[in-house]
Amino acid sequence: MTPFEYLRAEDPAEAVAAVAGRPGAAFLGGGTNLVDHMKLGVAGPDLLVDVSRLPLDRVEETADGLRIGAAVRNSDLAAHPLVRERYPVLARALLSGASGQLRNVATTAGNLLQRTRCPYFQDVTTPCNKRVPGSGCSAIGGYTRYHAILGASEHCVATHPSDMAVAMVALDAVVVVLGPGGARTLPLAELYRLPGDAPERDTVLEHGDLITAVELPHLPFARRSAYRKVRDRASFSFALVSVAAALDLDGGRVRDVRLALGGVAHRPWRAARAEEELRGGPATEDAFRRAAEAELIAARPLPGNAFKVAMTRNAVVATLRALAEEGR
Amino acid sequence: MDARITLRVDGRVRPVALDTRTTLLDALRDHLSVTSPKKGCDHGQCGACTVLLDGRRVVSCLILAVACDGAEVTTAQGLAEEGEPHPVQRAFLEEDAFQCGFCTPGQVCSAVGMLEEVKAGHPSDATDDLTGPVTLDDEEIRERLSGNLCRCGAYVNIVAALREEAES
Ligand SMILES: Cc1cc2nc3c(=O)[nH]c(=O)nc-3n(C[C@H](O)[C@H](O)[C@H](O)COP(=O)(O)OP(=O)(O)OC[C@H]3O[C@@H](n4cnc5c(N)ncnc54)[C@H](O)[C@@H]3O)c2cc1C
Ligand code: SF4
Ligand code: FES
Ligand code: FES
Repeated sequence: MTPFEYLRAEDPAEAVAAVAGRPGAAFLGGGTNLVDHMKLGVAGPDLLVDVSRLPLDRVEETADGLRIGAAVRNSDLAAHPLVRERYPVLARALLSGASGQLRNVATTAGNLLQRTRCPYFQDVTTPCNKRVPGSGCSAIGGYTRYHAILGASEHCVATHPSDMAVAMVALDAVVVVLGPGGARTLPLAELYRLPGDAPERDTVLEHGDLITAVELPHLPFARRSAYRKVRDRASFSFALVSVAAALDLDGGRVRDVRLALGGVAHRPWRAARAEEELRGGPATEDAFRRAAEAELIAARPLPGNAFKVAMTRNAVVATLRALAEEGR
Repeated sequence: MDARITLRVDGRVRPVALDTRTTLLDALRDHLSVTSPKKGCDHGQCGACTVLLDGRRVVSCLILAVACDGAEVTTAQGLAEEGEPHPVQRAFLEEDAFQCGFCTPGQVCSAVGMLEEVKAGHPSDATDDLTGPVTLDDEEIRERLSGNLCRCGAYVNIVAALREEAES
């Protein structure tokens, strides 16, 4: 690990100024991803600005929904009564991620900004465009079981590993950012980039941009929502594919729906095409399958992950079917 | 870069000077000679380093010691009061819930933290009703302790030890 200075920030503005003013500086949340990367040699900041104790640790009800502070721990968010009641998909996604010990430490912002688990990204002895731009992609032609089937490029086929983010994208979450130039908001779905020819950039954030909160708009029908995660072992394992869904039924028809996919792309994947297919149509298994297939027309599986296409389709159908049955 | 911090470890105030790169686990083991938390993977994947930090279970290998200045740390060693094993430790002994014992201090701390979470009504991935009360059945125990691996495969008896705890 390279040596670094440590600063415990007292307020958000101080934290932003400290990081913005130094190219090698980084924010420190719980550290469960960043400290791991520092040990592996994937990251080497020369200053850590600890933002985990900032007064951003509250979940508050607002006129428009729920405001989640950036420093709220994953376990506290999952256990929050309003999240359990109104956004079960979010509580479930959080509870399916990592372990009890990690969730007690991991923060909301850190979870959103955790980096890919691509094994080559984490191994400094192998070429990786995300870690060293222009060095090549070892996954292409290599081990691709955990890699993307949607939206990838010839430069990078990595997936975003967060479960929480998939649920938040389905819920139309908005991210509140404080940067050197002031505060701004942006939809979470637009925070994340596709790899294109610059896979070293996971998000549109600039150096010194601090996430201060995530806002969830009101979505009454999200009380009927679910998260389904398919993985290699029953617990404490990243998703092969995952599905976040909320379903609003009008008798046997779909009045409205929210659908997002995890484990399939460089960002949490909002399945807009499938949603469009479903809205106004019958809430039947056939219709669910057709919608999933419409979304997956764009899939370009790799040699090691062709199974993900059928797995994603089946997971979407199973999730929606279970939600529809819950309503009867 | 050097830093001076103070931890309260197993009830004792322990000032310590260390490099900022030191994890909480290395601070405990190498600087303070508190060796009950074990280093298995050093990457958050095995749970052997689990301790209670301000009462909550955490993996100490991914937390920087400097970020813990002023915190209260309880290790498996500190759970025992006046030489008397903690009820969870006693249950592990009674149910033969270990073989080599390497994972055990982490398992015990994790279990103590987990029982507090259950008491507070926190659901897990195995909980059917997110808003209802939690019943700590075997499936719940396994899910809630999935962050602690045991290479000896003592899982069956670990579950038995905690089932006993859950019932009492
Ligand atoms: C063994 C293991 C298993 C895991 N399994 C899963 C899983 O199944 N599902 C899952 O979703 N996750 C999983 N995780 C990942 C875990 O969820 C993340 O490590 C965690 O959420 C990161 O949060 P943190 O606060 O510790 O982030 P940190 O490590 O502190 O930070 C992560 C990144 O965010 C930046 N950052 C932090 N806070 C801010 C802020 N306020 N504004 C701007 N930038 C910020 C940091 O600079 C860093 O780049 C696992 C992790 C481990 C170690
Ligand atoms: S998929 Fe992306 S992260 Fe993985 S080796 Fe290729 S460039 Fe690196
Ligand atoms: S040593 Fe910390 S989790 Fe393995
Ligand atoms: S008892 Fe040997 S690793 Fe668990």
